[in-house]
Amino acid sequence: MKRLSWFNVTSLTFGFAFLYLPMVILVIYSFNSSKLVTVWAGFSTRWYGELLQNDQMLDAAWVTIRVALASATLATILGTLAAYVLVRSGRFLGRTLFGGMIYAPLVMPEVITGLSLFLLFKPIFNQLGIHTIILAHATFSMCYASVVVSSRLVSFDRSLEEAALDLGATPFEAFRLVTLPIIAPAVISAWLLSFTLSLDDLVIASFTTGPGATTLPMKIWSAVRLGVSPEINALSTIMIGIVTIGVITASLASKRAAVRRAGEERAAVRT
Amino acid sequence: MRRLVVIAIPYLWLIALFLIPFVIVLKIALSDTALAIPPYMPQFDISAGWQGIRDFFSQLDFENFVFLTTDDLYWKAYLSSVQIAAISTFCTLLIGFPIAYGMARAPEEWRPTLMMLVILPFWTSFLIRVYAWVGILSNEGVLNQFLMALGLIDSPLQILNTPTAVYIGITYTYLPFMILPIYAALERLDGALLEAAEDLGCSRLTAFWLITVPLARNGIIAGCFLVFIPAVGEFVIPSLLGGSRTLMIGKVLWEEFFSNRDWPVASAVAVILLLILVIPIALFQRNEQKQREAEE
Amino acid sequence: MPQTVFAPWDDPNEKPLIRFQNVTKRFGDFTAIDDISLDIYTREFFALLGPSGCGKTTLMRMLAGFETPTEGTILLSGQDIAPVPPNKRAVNMMFQSYALFPHLSVWENIAFGLKREGKDKGTIETRVAEMLKLTRLEKFKHRKPHQISGGQRQRVALARSLAKAPKLLLLDEPLGALDRKLREETQFELMDIQEKTGTTFVIVTHDQEEAMTVASRVAVMDEGKLMQVATPDRIYETPNSVYVADFIGDVNIFEGRAHQTGDKVQMIWADGQPPLSCTTSKNFSLDQKCWLAIRPEKIAISAERPQAANTVRGKVIDIAYLGNISTYHVALPSGQMIKAQAANTRRIERRTFTWEDEVWLSWTDTAGVLLDR
Repeated sequence: MKRLSWFNVTSLTFGFAFLYLPMVILVIYSFNSSKLVTVWAGFSTRWYGELLQNDQMLDAAWVTIRVALASATLATILGTLAAYVLVRSGRFLGRTLFGGMIYAPLVMPEVITGLSLFLLFKPIFNQLGIHTIILAHATFSMCYASVVVSSRLVSFDRSLEEAALDLGATPFEAFRLVTLPIIAPAVISAWLLSFTLSLDDLVIASFTTGPGATTLPMKIWSAVRLGVSPEINALSTIMIGIVTIGVITASLASKRAAVRRAGEERAAVRT
Repeated sequence: MRRLVVIAIPYLWLIALFLIPFVIVLKIALSDTALAIPPYMPQFDISAGWQGIRDFFSQLDFENFVFLTTDDLYWKAYLSSVQIAAISTFCTLLIGFPIAYGMARAPEEWRPTLMMLVILPFWTSFLIRVYAWVGILSNEGVLNQFLMALGLIDSPLQILNTPTAVYIGITYTYLPFMILPIYAALERLDGALLEAAEDLGCSRLTAFWLITVPLARNGIIAGCFLVFIPAVGEFVIPSLLGGSRTLMIGKVLWEEFFSNRDWPVASAVAVILLLILVIPIALFQRNEQKQREAEE
Repeated sequence: MPQTVFAPWDDPNEKPLIRFQNVTKRFGDFTAIDDISLDIYTREFFALLGPSGCGKTTLMRMLAGFETPTEGTILLSGQDIAPVPPNKRAVNMMFQSYALFPHLSVWENIAFGLKREGKDKGTIETRVAEMLKLTRLEKFKHRKPHQISGGQRQRVALARSLAKAPKLLLLDEPLGALDRKLREETQFELMDIQEKTGTTFVIVTHDQEEAMTVASRVAVMDEGKLMQVATPDRIYETPNSVYVADFIGDVNIFEGRAHQTGDKVQMIWADGQPPLSCTTSKNFSLDQKCWLAIRPEKIAISAERPQAANTVRGKVIDIAYLGNISTYHVALPSGQMIKAQAANTRRIERRTFTWEDEVWLSWTDTAGVLLDR
């Protein structure tokens, strides 16, 4: 029973090949020396060098990172509050509407969100730009953030908060000293998710941007519409590399922590 | 009091930046295109008081929606969007279910790694993942080169710039959204249930149909909605992979907005798209609600 | 000072620490607490006992401030505590799950409440050290909750809730998560600590043995109502209802009709059987429905018919051998099953009766309690 059947092995092999082969091919071709992306002409790091000299690309990367940092932070704060309201506040007027507003953006086509936010911002701000992208990204990321945090809050033992109150903590102290440190891993992953969602977004940023605020996806978009470009392959490889290293490090760290914890728990039973 | 503030902050934020924008979209969809800044009529003139409000409402009409019905581009685009999304969702389920099933049946110590392998692409750029297929599917692309080298075909297949490329693109990028909810449902499934079913005379296959599939139902439904709803309004995938002949409504909306700068028509397109998606979104929410209640 | 028995509830001049006045609590249509009035006195070890869902936890959560009464008032030292939020009450609670903060060490957990009071560092150090000593946890003060055993966690939870020297300590199923042997040890430890600190304890439990062991008084609850409030021995010896008699320990119940003369009652209980005789201080009208409750250990079992106020004949159906004692299940001619306990003073092979044997059961007229409900 514990051994995988041939069917399961095949489906997993093909499934993961399907998920990863395209990216592997992309990475391989980023080291192609030819400008013609489809013809292999030998190994070269030429496109990485050209990428690093492309000031427009670097500017766009800097704009994207600033937007992502700001919107992820806003989204995490709002999302944590929203999760708290969803899980803890019981019934209140308009709770169904609130739940709907949290879950709908998860599936809402980006063109609709983008257009609607543009039409909101246009009459309010005399110029659109980084600030409007940040507001837009914070809004749709907060929904993802609140889903991540609320899934942790649901399993949170409420008597811990009651114990803090019972020992004289104010409700805010109970949240700051007890709830927040315990749900911190979920809050951090909510922030990371919001950060990558913002880094990734083309459509909503295109609608809500203004002069001078070009993000990296927008830059990539205008390049890839004309077909495959080796410079973009190089850029993609760098981005895939950063994410892969980040995710693997994070999961190894959490796995090590889990193993250590399990060991300590076993030791505690013996004392 | 404090509780009220905690509720009010995210609530008001979502009303201001999620709900109100839709009302504005609806309002502009009912306005007329104008050669002005902003490029629509009428403008809301609060200084004219009650009369101004009445004038404002009397000038709203369904002209843009009538326009959408006169040009068959629009309804064809809607139809083909729904069709492409449905076919892609089905393909995603076909590929995603065996993966989720294999993961749930894998030894427990592998599962976190497999889980990470599914989530990892989700963290890498969506745009890049779609773009990767351009190099694979094009006439001189890796896939055609490979098939020709094997001698299976003589001339390159035209895949890029066809609906097939869009199916592949959607299936590929949305696959994790299908796998994760199904895996979550299957992982909770107690292996003893299947043993009990077999013990009571079911064959492996009937046990799968009678036990596994019904218990994974909520996960399958959630996965299908998570793929179908955003896929209907997808813009990046049809633009990059579908070519000019593949019609999808997200692309039409984008062009109305960015190329024609026709905000009222773009808004009308968005309103109809939203109306098409309202039922699946409501069903999705109900499914989520039910699942959450089942967990509590 | 003369040594007196601790019984403030018998002293009309004594002021209660806690007074429930006609407290009712409803959750929607469900009445969790139904018009309860109850006094609890300083230095008492008071047990709320009942099956799950009887309202005992709700009663405790109202004392802690996590629930507010729908009707009625709760007074703590004569003050209505309804407007006081949980973090301002001189009441601390030990949670059933212990609710130890997993990210804080044992020391920090115990210091948590003291820090909230804004005590200076020295005072906190001294007080925490005192608590660690009291609960024998000095060795573990730097450990996190998941690094210690279940019994140690229980003691941390106790130390943490006692650290602020509350007027009243609430314990919600404090020993529920411990195994049987540890639970018995801990019961005595709890009593010891209660005596040392002089704190008033209110304990919620569904385990009647635990309540009997630790408590000065026990309140038996059912469906939101107080069935009986009395000392453990009185609850056991003189239950006021069939419910209480049945809930606490093993009991045999005979149902019948009363014929009272003075303090003697003849109970008609089965056709063709002589009436059962017993004494009571209550008054029963003629033919009033009543129940006679007798504990198994008060019923003697013998092969020959003995001289006693009450004797009935039956057949041994089952024998539960418990080592020091055996419980005999004896079927009466009416089909009713009666449990009788006898000490095993002789070796098993010397026993004069065994399965299927006809035996005589007997008891005195003061052995049972006659109940009217």
